[in-house]
Amino acid sequence: MARPVLSAARRQAVAVSIATGAYGLSFGALSVAAGLDLWQTMALSLLVFSGGSQFAFVGVLGAGGTAAAAVATSTFLGIRNGFYGVALAEVLRPLRGARLAWGAQVTIDESTAVSLAQPHDDLAERRAGFWWAGVGVFALWNAITIVGALLGQSLGDPATWGLDAAAGAAFLGLVWPRLGSRRAQAVAGIAAVVALALTPLLPAGVPILVAALVGVAAGWRAPAHAEEVPE
Amino acid sequence: MTPYAWTWIAIVAAGLLAWLIKLAGHVVPERVVENPRVHRIAAYVTVALLISLAAVQTFTSDAALVVDARVVAIAVAAILLWRRAPFIVVVAASAAVAAGLRALGWG
Repeated sequence: MARPVLSAARRQAVAVSIATGAYGLSFGALSVAAGLDLWQTMALSLLVFSGGSQFAFVGVLGAGGTAAAAVATSTFLGIRNGFYGVALAEVLRPLRGARLAWGAQVTIDESTAVSLAQPHDDLAERRAGFWWAGVGVFALWNAITIVGALLGQSLGDPATWGLDAAAGAAFLGLVWPRLGSRRAQAVAGIAAVVALALTPLLPAGVPILVAALVGVAAGWRAPAHAEEVPE
Repeated sequence: MTPYAWTWIAIVAAGLLAWLIKLAGHVVPERVVENPRVHRIAAYVTVALLISLAAVQTFTSDAALVVDARVVAIAVAAILLWRRAPFIVVVAASAAVAAGLRALGWG
């Protein structure tokens, strides 16, 4: 068999970039459906560049929440990216100047996963996985966001096309891989009930932030059985 | 200021905060974030936030609890996720289900 042109890390990075970029389509369309314009939608993908945070930002605004609630929810969802940087530090250091700034921007679920999935002793592959997936997802996510936003603009009432339902499904899809443990499932069940119960009582966006406290309570004590904590 | 201008300010603020958090991970000494409690809380807060967003997006309209086509759509999404369907398929299928039900005059 001929030797593949790209190394394993690069091939994985390309596949992940295409798959992730494709759902930039749903982000673009949902952002416009939530009332943001094309430029705002593009700015979110360029500047925030983290799917969960972006969906949350437009979700909170679309539900009538304040700008502050949108920023808070988006930021809390971005905290995990900070932990990815810690895990990646031994792979990427030393990072300085423009490479540090740019490397930080592309530190997301996908670039971290591809990098850390490479053999532990193959630093070159781990680095290639991070940069190829990070830059690849960034390029495709931003490009396809524009396509999604333009599609969304031409669709008219988002509810006719089920885009409001798609937003809920998008959040479910993002949380699904994190529900592997019993404790994570319990957190999900309780948080959902808390958020729904508080929705008629508090301003839009706030019930979601209160429900986040369920996560704080769940993480406070170590599990009795060593089960895996979701990333 | 107009709501439009506020949205722009929020976008720039969210972008800056997102980048600062990412940057912090690369530059802080490892022992600061090694604390397992901090790590667990961050992980479970992510779960709580995402599921709450899904629930509110699916079961509420203008601060009222509502059951409509979105509930059927998210049930279909859950089945597809359980069957390991790709993200984009899940999202597209749930939109199609809700759109179809509404075209039939329900929800």
